[in-house]
Amino acid sequence: MRTEAPISRVWAKQIKEEARIWWAKARADDADMRRAQAREMKFGVLQFPGSCDEVDALQAARRVGDAELLWHGERDLRGADAIVVPGGFSYGDYLRAGAIARFAPVMEAVIEFAREGGLVLGICNGFQVLCEAHLLPGALLPNANLRFTFRQVALDVVNPDSAFTKACGYAAHPPRSLSIPAKHSWGRYHADERTLDELESNGQVVLRYSSGENFNGSLRDIAGVQNAAGNVFGLMPHPEHAVDELTGSTDGLCIFESMRLAVEGVRA
Amino acid sequence: MPESAVLPTVEDALALGLTRAEYELVREKQGRAPNQVELAMYSLLWSEHCAYKHSKKLLRTLPTEGPHVVMGPGENAGAVDVGGGLVCAFKVESHNHPSAVEPFQGAATGVGGILRDIFAIGARPIAVLDSLRFGEPHLDPHRSPPDGGSDKGDANNSVGSDAKSSDEGAVRTRYLLDGAVRGIGHYGNSIGVPTVGGEVYFEGPYEQSCLVNAMALGLCERAQLVRSAAAGVGNAIVLFGASTGRDGIGGASVLASAEHGEGDEDRRPTVQVGDPFEEKKLMECSLELLERGLLVSLQDLGAGGLTSSAAEMASKGEVGIDIDVARIPLREQGMEPFEVMVSESQERMLCVVAPADVPAVLGLCEKWEVGGAAIGTVTDTHQMRIFEGERLVGEMPVRALVDDCPLYDLAPEKPARPIYPPPPATLAPGATLAQTLLALLASPNVASRRPLFEQYDAIVQSRTVRRPEQADAAVLALRPGPSLPAVDSGSPGAAGRACAAPHEPPAHAATATDRSEEPLPALAVSIDGNGRRVAADPYRGTLAVALECAANLACVGAEPLGTTNNLNFGNPEKPHIAWQLSESVRGLGDACRALQAPIVGGNVSLYNEGPAGPIYPTPVVGMVGRLPDAARAGRLGFAREGDAIALLGPFAPSLAASELAKLRGEPLPDGLPAIDLDGVLAAHAAVRDAVRAGTLSSAHDISEGGLAVALAECCLAGGLGATLAFSASTPGPSERRFDATLARRRSLDPRERLFGEGSGGFVVSGAHEALAELAARVPLEVLGTVSADALSIAIAGEALSVTLDELAEAHGALAELFG
Repeated sequence: MRTEAPISRVWAKQIKEEARIWWAKARADDADMRRAQAREMKFGVLQFPGSCDEVDALQAARRVGDAELLWHGERDLRGADAIVVPGGFSYGDYLRAGAIARFAPVMEAVIEFAREGGLVLGICNGFQVLCEAHLLPGALLPNANLRFTFRQVALDVVNPDSAFTKACGYAAHPPRSLSIPAKHSWGRYHADERTLDELESNGQVVLRYSSGENFNGSLRDIAGVQNAAGNVFGLMPHPEHAVDELTGSTDGLCIFESMRLAVEGVRA
Repeated sequence: MPESAVLPTVEDALALGLTRAEYELVREKQGRAPNQVELAMYSLLWSEHCAYKHSKKLLRTLPTEGPHVVMGPGENAGAVDVGGGLVCAFKVESHNHPSAVEPFQGAATGVGGILRDIFAIGARPIAVLDSLRFGEPHLDPHRSPPDGGSDKGDANNSVGSDAKSSDEGAVRTRYLLDGAVRGIGHYGNSIGVPTVGGEVYFEGPYEQSCLVNAMALGLCERAQLVRSAAAGVGNAIVLFGASTGRDGIGGASVLASAEHGEGDEDRRPTVQVGDPFEEKKLMECSLELLERGLLVSLQDLGAGGLTSSAAEMASKGEVGIDIDVARIPLREQGMEPFEVMVSESQERMLCVVAPADVPAVLGLCEKWEVGGAAIGTVTDTHQMRIFEGERLVGEMPVRALVDDCPLYDLAPEKPARPIYPPPPATLAPGATLAQTLLALLASPNVASRRPLFEQYDAIVQSRTVRRPEQADAAVLALRPGPSLPAVDSGSPGAAGRACAAPHEPPAHAATATDRSEEPLPALAVSIDGNGRRVAADPYRGTLAVALECAANLACVGAEPLGTTNNLNFGNPEKPHIAWQLSESVRGLGDACRALQAPIVGGNVSLYNEGPAGPIYPTPVVGMVGRLPDAARAGRLGFAREGDAIALLGPFAPSLAASELAKLRGEPLPDGLPAIDLDGVLAAHAAVRDAVRAGTLSSAHDISEGGLAVALAECCLAGGLGATLAFSASTPGPSERRFDATLARRRSLDPRERLFGEGSGGFVVSGAHEALAELAARVPLEVLGTVSADALSIAIAGEALSVTLDELAEAHGALAELFG
C-alpha cells in the first residue's frame, strides 16, 4: 500500500503508457535499421553482487547488438554470442580484486565458453576476474600511487587486427589514439619478463597507455591484453563509458563494434 | 510496567546528554522513573541531532513549498518534479563529528547514510557531492610568502601563531583530508554511484572541527516514491541488511551533540564502520522490494539506530510499534536490549510489510544475500514497546519520545568584538599583479581540486554530461531513470531474469540520444558555502552562498527547482553563535524565496567547536536545477580563439572578506556590502537564457579570487589564453541605464577590480554579436578576446602577463597534499 493520491497513479499510468509507445517505436526503428542483417548478435553481460558498470556495459553493447544481463548464480549463458565481464567491485572485492567472482557459477560457464573459442571481454574488475580465472596471463596490482584514480586516458592500439580492435580504424597513419576513461585502484598490470616478451611477440598486447598516460604504473604501459587464442580480452579503461559524445567520447564504441564484426564474421 | 533490576539515576541521564530538566520531563511523561532501555531511547531521540531542539523554531521560517516540490522536509529526503514523470530526490547531511574522530570511516559512513536516505524514499541514487572544511594544510605558512610577507601576520595572529603549533595543525589537517577523501571515494566508488562535484575550503577555525557534508541525488518515477509512516495495525516490522553490533553506540547523543575536546580519541568506538558492498546489496534489495510493491513503508537506520527509525515511523503513522530484540540478528553475543536499540550499525533498513508478504520479502533478502528478520508488529497502542522474548523491557508513549522533546529559544546577540583571529599573512604587501594572481591560484581555497576529485568515479551510470572542472555545476542527463523491467511471476527467491537490473532502462534506451530529434533534458547540481564570508556577515554571506549556487546552475543553463542545506555551526547555547545561526537562516530563507527554490530537506550540525573556538558559521547549500537540452549544457573553459570576453552582471567587487584579504592577513570585516538582489537574478536569467540558446562559448561565475582568478580558470579549463584591456572610460556595449554600475566599477583600485569578490558577476565568452545582444539586458563590459597561450591584462597603467604553464603550475598546488 502506498500513500499517493489516486490521481498520481492515473498520471503515472499515462506516463508509462506513453513511454511504452515511445519505446515500441524506437524498437521498430531499430528493426528497420537491422533488417539487412540476418541475425543480431547477442552480448551477455555478467552481473555479480557488487558489479557497478554492468548496466553501462549493457547499454553500450546495445548500441551494436542485442544484450542481456546474466545473474552470477546461473550457469546458463542464454545463447549469448559474446560475454562481457563488467567493472565494479564483485563481492566487494574483499580478499583480492576479482578473486571471489572467478568461482561464481556463471564463471564456470564463461570459462567453458572461452575454451570453445567464444569472445569474452573483461573490463576493469572484469579484467581482474579473467586474470584470476587464468583466462588471461598476468595480474593486476594496486596502482603505483596507491589510490583509486579516475582519469580520461589516451590509448594506442598496438594490435589493430584483434577481434576486439578490428573496427577501431587503425589502418590510418599516424594512428589516432583512443580517448577512454579509466577508474580503478588495482590497475597496475604485472607479469614476469618472459611472459611480457611472449605477449609482445604474439601480438597479445592489444592496448597501451599513450606516452605519459600510464598513471597506474603498468609494466610496459600495458592497458589491455588478449589470450594466445585471441578470443579473450581484458583492459583496465572503460570503453563502455566512451560510447556517447554527450558524456565525453565515442572512442570505446569500436571495441563493441569489433566484437560484433568478429561474431558475424564467424557466422558468415 | 516493564521489569527492571536497577533504575538509572539522573547522573546516568546527564552522562547520556540529557539535562536535569529534560530528565524530569521524561519522568513526568513516563509517570515513573525510566529504566535503562527507556532512558537510552529518550536520550537519543531528545538529542540535538535527532530533535533539532535548538534549530527547529528557526527552520520553520524557511520556505518549503513551491510548484516543483513533491516531497518536503520531514521525510528521509526531499524531492522535486523534474518533468517526464520523474522526480529527483536529494538531501545533504553532515558527518562532522565522526569524521573529526576517525576521518575515513566518518566520511565513508556519511556517504552511506545519505545514500540510504535517498533509496529509502524509493529513488535510485544517481550522484554524490561532498562539501569539506579543514584547517590550513600547508606546513608553516610563513615559509612560503615572498620577502617581507610575514610581518603583519605575526603581529595579528593570536591562535596557532608559532610555527610548531601550525605545523602540527597542518599535519593533522592532511591526515583528516586524506582520510575523508579516501573514505568518500571508497564508499561512493564501490557502490556504483558517481561523485560528480563538491567543494572544499581550508581555514584555521576548522582545524579542530573539520566538516564533512555529503549530498546525494536520486531519481525515480513519481508514483514510486514511498513514505516512512508506519501503517496497518497487525502489519509486520521487518529489519533487513547488516546484523546489529555494538558499533556507533551513542553516536547521535554523545558525539554529535557536544563540543570537541580532550578525549575525542576515546570516542572512537562511537564512530560506525561502513561496508559499501553490504550497502550495494541493501540498495538493490530495497529497490527491488519497492518495485514489486511488497512494502507499506520504508525507513533507513541512521543516527539513533533502530530507536530513532522505529519511533519516527510510528509517530508519522500515528500508531504504536512492538519490537522484540530477541529476534534481531546480532553480530556479537551478550548485547543488552538497550544496546540493541541504540546501536548505529550501518547498512540496515526497516520496513512495514503486510503479514502475507513477509515470506516474499525475506526471500528477496536471501536473493541479495542480506539478512532479514521480522522483529515486530504495528499496533494501535500508540506506545513503543520493547520486548526481549516474552519479557517487556521498555514502554514509552510514541508522542513523548518523538514530539515532546522541549524546543529551546535561542538568545541571539551580535558579538561586540570579532570572534575570529585574523589569518597569518602569506602575501607580501608589495606583490605585483602577476604575483598576486599566482598566489591566489595556488592558495588552498582556489587551487585545482583535481587531486581530490580524481579519487572519485564521476561517470558510472553514464549520465555525467559535465564532470568536475568542465563547468560550474555538474550536469546529469535525464535518461529514463530507474529500472522497470516486467516483474516475473516466479518466486522472488529465484535468481535470474526475475531480478530487477539496477538502473536498467528498457532495451535500446541507450540509442535514444542518437536517434531522437527531441533534446534530452538534464539535471544540474551545485553545492556551496563560503564560511569566511558568512562569518563576516551571516545574513549577506548566506544570501551570497545561495546566489552562488544558483549562479553555478545558470552557467550550465539550468534554473533551480529546489534547495537542500546543512547548517554547520558552533554551540547554539552561546549568544554569538545563536546570532550567526538566526541571521544565516534569515539569509537562506530570503535567498530561496527570491530564487523560487524552496528548501525540501536538510540537516543541522551544531556544537562544531573546540577549545580554540567555533568554526566559521557554515551553511552548506545544495541546489538542483533542470536544463532542457543536455547537449547545450554550458562549459566554463574558453573554447575559441578570437571570441570576445565580457564581464556580465551587476558585479560590485570588494576586497572585504575576500581570498586576497585572507592572503594579506587582514581581519574579517564587520559586514559585507549590500547585494543588488534583483540585478543578480536578472544576470542569472540572462546567462541561463544565452547558454540555453547556445549563443555563448563559455560561462563562469566569479567567486573566490575575483575576476582575474575566474579569467585564469576559464583559460586553464579551455587550454587557451586571453588578452584583456580594462579601460578607464570607454563605454561598453551596455545600454546607458547600466552606466552607473560600470562607472562605479571603473573607479575602483585595480586590485579591487581584479581580485574583489561579490555576487552577480560572470565571465562569458562568445561572438561579439551575442554579447552585444546580452548588453541590452544586463550590465556587460567587453574586456578582450580569447587568444593562444597566455593571460595578459592591462589595467590602469599596470600590466600582467602569465603563460598557461605558469597558471597551471600555480593551480596545481594541492597535488603535494596527496603525495
